[in-house]
Amino acid sequence: MSLKSYVTSRVLLTIPMVFLLLTLVFVIIRVMPGDPALLHFERHVSPEVLAEFRRRLGLDLPIWQQYINYIAGLFRGDFGISMQDYSPIIQHLHARFPATLELSIYSGLFAVVFGVILGVISARKYDTTTDHSIRLLAIVTYAIPVFFLGMIFQIIFSVWLRILPSGLRFDPHYTPPPTITGLYTIDSLLTGNIWAFGISIRYLLLPSVTLGIILLGIFIRLTRTNMLETQQSDFVMSAKARGLSSFSITYRYSLKNAFLPILTMIGIQVAILLAGAVLTETTFSWPGLGTYLVDRIYHRDYTAIQGTVVFFAIMVAVVTLAVDILYAYFDPRIRL
Amino acid sequence: MTNLLQIENLSVEYKTRRGIARAVDNVFLNLEENKTLGLAGESGCGKSTLGLSIMRLVPHPGRINEGKILFNLDESLIFEGGSVEKGQIDLMQLDDNQMRAIRGRKLAYIFQDPMTSLNPLIRIGDHFTEIIQAHEEDVKKDEAINRGEEILETLGILPERITDYPHQFSGGMRQRVMIGLGIALRPRLLIADEPTTALDVIVEAQILDELATLKKQFNLSMLLITHNLGVLAQTADDIAIMYTGRVMEIAKTESLFEDPKHPYTQCLLKAVPDVRKPDKTLAWIAGAPPDLIDPIPGCMFRPRCEFAMEICATQPPPLEKLDTGQRVACYLYTKGVSKK
Repeated sequence: MSLKSYVTSRVLLTIPMVFLLLTLVFVIIRVMPGDPALLHFERHVSPEVLAEFRRRLGLDLPIWQQYINYIAGLFRGDFGISMQDYSPIIQHLHARFPATLELSIYSGLFAVVFGVILGVISARKYDTTTDHSIRLLAIVTYAIPVFFLGMIFQIIFSVWLRILPSGLRFDPHYTPPPTITGLYTIDSLLTGNIWAFGISIRYLLLPSVTLGIILLGIFIRLTRTNMLETQQSDFVMSAKARGLSSFSITYRYSLKNAFLPILTMIGIQVAILLAGAVLTETTFSWPGLGTYLVDRIYHRDYTAIQGTVVFFAIMVAVVTLAVDILYAYFDPRIRL
Repeated sequence: MTNLLQIENLSVEYKTRRGIARAVDNVFLNLEENKTLGLAGESGCGKSTLGLSIMRLVPHPGRINEGKILFNLDESLIFEGGSVEKGQIDLMQLDDNQMRAIRGRKLAYIFQDPMTSLNPLIRIGDHFTEIIQAHEEDVKKDEAINRGEEILETLGILPERITDYPHQFSGGMRQRVMIGLGIALRPRLLIADEPTTALDVIVEAQILDELATLKKQFNLSMLLITHNLGVLAQTADDIAIMYTGRVMEIAKTESLFEDPKHPYTQCLLKAVPDVRKPDKTLAWIAGAPPDLIDPIPGCMFRPRCEFAMEICATQPPPLEKLDTGQRVACYLYTKGVSKK
């Protein structure tokens, strides 16, 4: 099987998966007992208001028709309208997504880069104090709840040391860089505004390190285990017997081969990253999808919750697909 | 004849949770130029560990305790960050860089399992480029690939398959690739650690034939490690029999098969099936080898030996040369020992 047909089959497999996912989200959110319209209004409202509300949101239709409308809408890029003000949810997603993406990219990078580096060190210094310390670090960081770590950082760096802001995405006294990609760090660099870049980094630092540290442990342990495993493998032994340098064995053999499971893990971690983003964003008042979702949950805005969750789900599906394709690119055996 | 390899008093120990296991115990071996020395013994007798210690690649937690591994280097090697003078050198005295320069270039090692000995993510051609460039830094990639193609062709593999990945090859072909990588730099000594165990009998015969041809073509000396005495009967000039990390007997191949001296060798040969006598009941050796972590004093074969004497329980018997040329570590052949 060629790479091309492999990719095609993966893409085709993703379609029923996404479909199943969309259905599941719909079922969980809508078919649950309780009337979303009634639950949305916490106090009593007149039947006329309620009827009008149901009509505009399409909640007066039979459930199967709501489902068809929902799926059909998604194909047009319509994620429904919010119960709050009937505004299209896609608008909110569009406005909020760059913030979450920026946070996720930096925390993901932090976790992968430091996780792999520490994992490699740990494996190379196998069974020494360095190795044990790194492993301890991996377990501890994995076990800390993300909001707790966030608060500790806020207390240390924002309250005691007063060197980093405790929340938000940009200094409220200044205007953020003009939107090109929506990522402040990239937009400020594209417009040549080093000063704005500095501010965005300052605001990014605590939330992305917090979220990154939570994911760090997995990558440390995974890298270490896989490095140790490949180091003991026959092909590393025979590479040594052929007189290859230990540098080229570590990087061309151990790390390259250990990278495949790491790549898979990156795909799996994206889901955890997004879940972690919800908590991190709340802790740091980061104006992304996470805070939006939590805000909508407080307001029992069912349509907005559904739209955001669907968006998260599609993101995870897309990343999983991308990882599968990358995996095939790196591992020739998959293409068989 | 000069000795290419001379092992003196070599001991290797593995440090385990239960204690220290002596996998190679006080071994002396000689390998002459252009000869094949067969190293045979049952699983766990230390034959692979001995092979790996010549490469100085004994895996953790093993350690070479003492001994000399004298190797006759035919040319001086100069490499980035060091050099090795030609002549007889003790591999144990070399630093990591010097040892790296000798591995693959003068000493080649072929592992048992060809299915796992090639990096699955690296093309066959890149395996050749790697080893050639690791030792001859100024060789260009194209030239290295060309050399790889030539080697594949001598081994009966289509040269254009050099761009394939290991998983696209069968087991026998992979072992040929391993051999090809082994001889790529015209080494002096080829250590083959059960090179045909993972293969079927027909491929085994082909590979052994090819090894014999290559040995002539490149003036190779070979250390062939196996538990298959039949393989050694075809290929080896001399055979060393190992048991519990010690060499029990070294002899010319013919004399070992025709007139085995050590009781252990005799038992081993009785256990080899013979196609001409299909009805023969195979003999076996009662008992099991002693625990290496808690070794018994004296000869390690004593509990299973039908000729055991009092003296066998005192001191390990030394390896002594008989008038007939064999070397045996057994008190049966020591003069002046009362045989009871």
